[in-house]
Amino acid sequence: MLVEALVLSALLFVIGTVGVLVRRNAIIMFLSIELMLNAVNLSFVAFSRYLGIEGQLYVFFVMTVAAAEAAVGLAIIIAVFRHYETVNVDNFNLLKW
Amino acid sequence: MTEPSRIAPEALEAVAQTGSGFNPLLPGLILLLPLLGFLVNGILALIAGSREGNVLRSAALAEPDSEEERVDLQHKEDAPRRATHTLPTWVGPGVMLGAFILTTLNFLRMLGSGLQDPTVITYWSWMPTGTLAVDAAIQLDQLSMIMMMVITGVGFLIHVFSVGYMKEDPGYPRYFAYLNLFVFFMLVLVTGANFPVMFVGWEGVGLCSYLLIGFWFQDREKADAGKKAFIVNRVGDFGLLMAMFILFATFGTLNYQEIFAAAPTTLVYGGGVVTAITLFLLLGATGKSAQIPLFVWLPDAMAGPTPVSALIHAATMVTAGVYLVARASVLFALAPVSAAAVATIGALTALFAATIALKQYDIKKVLAYSTISQLGFMFMAVGVGAYAAGVFHLMTHAFFKALLFLGAGAVIHSMHHALHATHKDWDAQDMRNMGGLRRHMKWTWVFMWIATLAIAGIWPFAGFFSKDEIIWYVGTSAPFGPLYAVLWGMAVVTAALTAFYMARMMILTFHGPNRTGEAEGKHLHEAPLTMTIPLGILALLSIFGGWINVPQSVRDSFFGGFGMLPMSSWLDEWMAPVTAAADAIRLEQLGAYAYQSPVGGGHVTWGFIATGLAMAVVLAATWYFRSKDVPTAVEQGAPRSGFGKILYNKWYVDELYDRIIVRPVVGISRFSWRVVDRVLIDGTVNAVGAVSKGTGWFGSLFQTGQLNTYAFILALGALALLGVLIF
Amino acid sequence: MTGIFDGLVFDSWILHALIWLPLAGIPVVLMAGEEKAREVAFGWTLGLFVLSLGLLFSFDAAGPLFQLTSSTPWVEMWGVNYALGIDGISLFMILLTAFTMPVAILGSFKYIRERQRGFYALMLLLQTGIVGVFASMDLFLFYVFFELTLVPMYFIVGIWGGERRIYAAVKFFLYTALGSLLMLVGILYLYWQASIVNGFMSFHVLDLLGTPLSLTEQLWLFGAFALAFAIKVPVFPLHTWLPDAHVEAPTPGSVVLAAVLLKMGTYGFLRFVLPFFPEASAHPTVVMVMLSLGVIGIIYAALVAAVQPDAKKLVAYTSVAHMGFVILGIFALTVNGLQGGLMVMISHGISTGALFLILGMLYERRHTREIAAFGGLARVAPLLATALVLTAMASIGVPGTSGFVGEFLALLGTYERYPVIAFLGATGVIFAAFYMLPMVQRMLFNKLEGKENRTMPDLSAREITVLAPLLFLMIALGVYPAPVLDRMGPGVNAIVEWVEEGQTGALRSAAEAHRQRGELASVPGAAEAAGDQVLLAPLELAPPPVPERLPEPVRTDEAELGRSTSAFGSDQAPLVRAGTPTRIYSVTFGDQD
Repeated sequence: MLVEALVLSALLFVIGTVGVLVRRNAIIMFLSIELMLNAVNLSFVAFSRYLGIEGQLYVFFVMTVAAAEAAVGLAIIIAVFRHYETVNVDNFNLLKW
Repeated sequence: MTEPSRIAPEALEAVAQTGSGFNPLLPGLILLLPLLGFLVNGILALIAGSREGNVLRSAALAEPDSEEERVDLQHKEDAPRRATHTLPTWVGPGVMLGAFILTTLNFLRMLGSGLQDPTVITYWSWMPTGTLAVDAAIQLDQLSMIMMMVITGVGFLIHVFSVGYMKEDPGYPRYFAYLNLFVFFMLVLVTGANFPVMFVGWEGVGLCSYLLIGFWFQDREKADAGKKAFIVNRVGDFGLLMAMFILFATFGTLNYQEIFAAAPTTLVYGGGVVTAITLFLLLGATGKSAQIPLFVWLPDAMAGPTPVSALIHAATMVTAGVYLVARASVLFALAPVSAAAVATIGALTALFAATIALKQYDIKKVLAYSTISQLGFMFMAVGVGAYAAGVFHLMTHAFFKALLFLGAGAVIHSMHHALHATHKDWDAQDMRNMGGLRRHMKWTWVFMWIATLAIAGIWPFAGFFSKDEIIWYVGTSAPFGPLYAVLWGMAVVTAALTAFYMARMMILTFHGPNRTGEAEGKHLHEAPLTMTIPLGILALLSIFGGWINVPQSVRDSFFGGFGMLPMSSWLDEWMAPVTAAADAIRLEQLGAYAYQSPVGGGHVTWGFIATGLAMAVVLAATWYFRSKDVPTAVEQGAPRSGFGKILYNKWYVDELYDRIIVRPVVGISRFSWRVVDRVLIDGTVNAVGAVSKGTGWFGSLFQTGQLNTYAFILALGALALLGVLIF
Repeated sequence: MTGIFDGLVFDSWILHALIWLPLAGIPVVLMAGEEKAREVAFGWTLGLFVLSLGLLFSFDAAGPLFQLTSSTPWVEMWGVNYALGIDGISLFMILLTAFTMPVAILGSFKYIRERQRGFYALMLLLQTGIVGVFASMDLFLFYVFFELTLVPMYFIVGIWGGERRIYAAVKFFLYTALGSLLMLVGILYLYWQASIVNGFMSFHVLDLLGTPLSLTEQLWLFGAFALAFAIKVPVFPLHTWLPDAHVEAPTPGSVVLAAVLLKMGTYGFLRFVLPFFPEASAHPTVVMVMLSLGVIGIIYAALVAAVQPDAKKLVAYTSVAHMGFVILGIFALTVNGLQGGLMVMISHGISTGALFLILGMLYERRHTREIAAFGGLARVAPLLATALVLTAMASIGVPGTSGFVGEFLALLGTYERYPVIAFLGATGVIFAAFYMLPMVQRMLFNKLEGKENRTMPDLSAREITVLAPLLFLMIALGVYPAPVLDRMGPGVNAIVEWVEEGQTGALRSAAEAHRQRGELASVPGAAEAAGDQVLLAPLELAPPPVPERLPEPVRTDEAELGRSTSAFGSDQAPLVRAGTPTRIYSVTFGDQD
C-alpha cells in the first residue's frame, strides 16, 4: 500500500515540477506548485500510517500554508496582470537588479 | 577664589626660619586690579564694538557702494564723547596706579624685612593629578618684586601716555582692555611660583601681544605681523614646554623653590640633563626676547600702536627671557655650555641687530632693532653669570627705551596729524620725511636726547652704568676662554654702533631742515600733557635710574662725584639672595671674575674708555649726518645696491626663513592633504568600496529576472543534491 | 552648594533615567508638532542636563571605583546583564554628553528647517545611545549602545547634511561598522574564554576582567578592539571619514560628533582595551605603534588642517590632531598622561563644539564655509569675533584655557616614559598656531569687504546663550580643573595600576568584589553550575567533547506518541542547559600557554 502511494506521490511531484519548469502561464505554474505540495502531502499521509500521527499533522500545516500562499500569490498575479495585462512570466523580469 | 585665601605653610616656615618680617600686603590684589580693569574695559569694548558694528552695517545697507573710510571718520568723531570712551580713560590707568601703589608698598615692606627666602602664596590647587601637584601660587622675592615695580611703574606711565595717544581711536576701550590684560599676564609671569603658572603669563602676554600688534586688524600687514609674532613665539613656548617636562621627570615637581633647592645636589655640573633643560629654556627665552634665531617677529611687531611697542616690545614682555634666565640662574650656573650659549646668542644678536638698525629709515624699526640689540646685552650679562647686571640693564632699558618709544610715538602722532591735515600720502614714521622737529616739539626733543645719551652709554645717564657693567663682566670673563674675549669685542663694537645709529636717528628726526613740507610743517606741534608728563618722568628715571647699582670704586671716582653723588650698589645687594646659589656654584667651578678689563685697568679706567668711545661716536655721527643732505623717502626709495641694501633688507633673514621653513612646511601640508589624504588613504577606502560594488555587479549578471531560469536551476540543483546523496 | 541636593538621594536610578528618558522624549517630540519640536527637545535635554548634574554630587571621589552600580539579568542564558555603573571617567563623559545635547539643539534652531520632529527625535535617540555607552558595565550592552549611536548619526548626516551627504553618511557608517564588527568577534572570543575560566557565562565587564589570555591572544584581541576604537577616535590613518562626515553633517550633528561621539573611541580604549588586554597594551611594539600613530596624527592633521580652504574641514582635521594627544596620553600609561588625555577629551568636546557652532552660525548668515569668503568680521560682529578668538585659543591650548591643562598633562605624562615621542608631540603646539591663527585672521581680521560681510549681523541673544556656557567652561576648566582631575583620579590610578603593576589596584578589588557577589547570587544558573564539575573545570574541555546526541524525534508506540505531542508546550531541548558542556568550544589563536 505504501509503495503505491509513494509512486503516486512521486508521479504527481514530477508532473508538478515539469509544469513549473516548462509552462509560462503564471496561473498554470501556480497550480503546478499546488500539485507538488499535494504530492508531498500524500507522502506524509502514507508514512503516518507507519511512523506516527505527526505526518498527518504536518499535512494540515502544509495545507494551511498552501491556502495562505494561494491567496497572496493569486493577489500578486492579479496585481501583475493589471499592470502588464498578461500573465506570461517571460514578460516579468522585476527580479533582476 | 582670586583673593589670597591662605599662605602656604612652606612660606610661613620660610618666614619663620629667616626671621624676616616680610608680610605681603594684598599681593593678589596687584594681579587682580589689572584683571578687573580688563573685564570692565572689555565689556565697554564689546559695547562700543557692537555700536560700531551697527553703524557699519546700516551704512552698508544704505549705500552699498559707500567708502568704508568715510563711515569710519563719522564714527570716529562721535566716539570720544561717549561713555565707552570716557570710562576707560579712568579705569585703564586707574587700576595701574592702584597696582603700582600696592606694589610700592609691598616693595617697601620687603625692603625693610631683610627677606632671604621667597614668600610663596598659594591660592588654589591648579593641576593635581596625584604625581604632579601644581598650585596656583605666586612667589614674592627680590627678583619678582623688582620686575613688578618696573611693570606697574612703567606700565602706569605708558597707560597715561596712551590716553593722549589713542584718544581718537574708535577702538579705545578695546585697547585698554588688551593693555590691562597684558599687565595682568605679565605680573603672572614674574610672580608665578612654579613653571606652569609662569607659563600662563608667558603665553598670556604672547596672546595680548598678538592682539595688540594686530590692533588695527583691518590692515592686513598688521594682522599678519600679529600672527607672525604668535607663531614664532610658539616655537619658543615649545622649548619651554620641553624644559618643564625634563624638569618634572628629573625633580618630580615644577615648583621653583623645590627645584632650585634640589638642583645643586641632584644635577651633575655640566651634565646632559641640566644642559638639555637650560638649552630648552634658552629656546623659550629667545622666542620671547627676540634673540637669534627667533627675533624676526619683533620688527614686524612695530605694526602695533606705539605705546604698545614701548610697554610690550621694549620695557616688559621682551625682557621675559632675561627674567627666565635670571630666575633659573641655578640651572644655568650648573650648565656652563648653556650659559655660554646664552652669552653667545646675546652677543651675536646684539651685533646683528645693531648693524640692521644702521640702515633703517622707519623710526620705530630703528628702535625695534635697538631693542633686540639691547636684549642681546642682557643675555650676555645673564650668560656670563652677572644676573644682577642683566636685571639692572633690563630696568634701565625699560626706562630709556620706553622713553624713546613714547617719544617716537609723540613724533609719529604729530607727523600723522600734520600729514592728515593736508591729506598728504606720506609715511608718518619714515625719518627721511621728518627733520628739524626740535623746533616744533621742544620737550620731546630734550627727553629723547636724554634717552639717546642713556642708551649710548654716556655718563651720568642710566645706560652708562648698566651697559658698561655688562661689558665689564663679559670682559672679565675672558680668562675663562677665548670665546669670552670674542664676545667682549662684539659687545664693544655693538656699543659703538648703538651710539652711532641712535645719534643718526636723533639727527634725522629732530635736526637739520624740516622735510615734511611747507604746508604740513605748520601743523606739527608738541604732544598734549598726558603724553609729555610721562616722558618727563621717564627722562628723570633715565638719568638717575642708573645710580642704584654703582660699584664702590666708581662711586669714589669722578663718575660718582668723588663720593658726593647719591649713588649706591643697592641692586647688587638686593639681588644677592636670588642669585646666591648660582654665584656660589659659579665661584666654586670657575673661580672669580678677573678684576681687570681686557684692555687693562679697573672699573674707573674702563668707565673712561667706554663713555669716551660712546661720546666720540655720538659726536662723529652728529657731525656726519648734520652735514649730509637727506632726501625724502619718496625721492630716495629703498636702497638699490651695495651693503646698505642688505642691511636695509635685514640681511634677508625673513626671506631665508620663508624659503627654508615656511614654504617647505606649506608644501608638505599640501602634499599631505592632496596626495596622502585624498589619494592614498581615501583612494584605498574608495577602492574597497569600488571592489565591493564591482563584485556585486558581476554577481548581478547571473540574475536574468526570468522565473523559469531560476526554477530550472533550482531543479538542477535539487537533482544534483539528490545525486550526491544517493551515490 | 550641596545643601540644595541634600534632600535628594541620587542612586543608581539616575543612570537609568539618563539613558531612557531621552528615549521617552521621542514620542513627546513627535507629538509636539513641527514648530514646537525644537523647543520641546531643548527643554527635554536641558532637564536631563540638570538631572545629570546630580551625578556630580552623588559621585564620591573617595568612594569605591564604580558607583551607582546596578545589574539586572537581560538575556539570562547568555549571561547578558543590563548592568550600569560609572567611575570618574565615565562620569565626565556622561556630563559632557548631557551638556552638549541641549547646547547642540539650541544651536540648531535656525539650521534645521525641514523634518524638524524627525531630527530632534534622532538627537534624543543619539543621546540614549551615547549615555548608554558610557554607563554600561556589560560588554554586550555596551556593544548594543555603541552600534545604536550609528543609526541616528547616519540619518542625521544623510538627511540633513550638505551636498555630498550620502557619500559622507555611507562612508561614516561603513568605516565604523567594519571596525565594530571585528570588535564583536573579539568580544565573543573574550566572552567564551572568560566563561571557561569563570565557570559561568557573563558579559559583565568585571567578570571579564583578568581573563587569562596568552600574549598572542591578547595581541589579536587588542587588534580587534583597537581597530574599532581607533576608527571611532579617529587615529591616523583611519581618519578620512571624519572630515567628510563633519563637513556634510548639519551643525548640531558636527557638534555632537566632535564633542562626544569621538570620545567613545578613546573611552573604549580606557574602559576595555587597557583593562582587558593589559599585556598587549603595555607591549613595547604595540605602545610604540600607537604612540607613533598618535604623534603622526598630531603633526599630520595639523599640517593638513593648515591648508584647508573650508573652515569646517579645517576644524575637523584639528579634531584628529587633538585626539592624537589623547592617544599619547593613554598609551604613555602614566597617571599624568591619562589625566591629560581625559582633559583633552573634555576640553576638545567644549572647544571644538563651540568652533562648529560658530562656523554654523556663520554658515547660516553667509551660506558658505569657505574661509576666503569672509574677512574683517571683527568690525561688524565683535561678539562673534570675541567668541571665536577665545575658542580658538582654547583649541590651541593657550594656558588659562582648558586646552592647555589637557595637552600639558598629556605631554608631560608621555615625556615621563617616552621623551622623543613627547618631543615630537610638543611640536604640535607650534603647528596648532600654524593652522588656527591664519583661519582666525582671514575670517575676522583683514579688510572688511563685500556687502554680505559688511551687513553681517552679530550674535543674537539665542546664539549668545548657546556660546556663553561653552566659553565659561573653557576658562573655568583652564583655571580650576582640580574638581575634574580629583574625580577622575581614582579611575585613572586604577587603570595604571592594573596595567603597569601586574593587574593590581582598585580594578582588581572591584572585580574580586563583584565576582564574590556574582558567584553567589546574580549569575544565571549559578546554583546548578556550582554543582557541575564540568563547568568549573574548564580545561577538561580541550579538546571539545563529542556533542551529546539530540533527542530522538521518532516515537513508535502510542504512549510515547502522546508524550511527544505534549512536548510542544515544554522546553525539552533548550539551547543551553546547565551542565551541558557542549556549548563551550575552546578556540585558540596560535600558541597557548
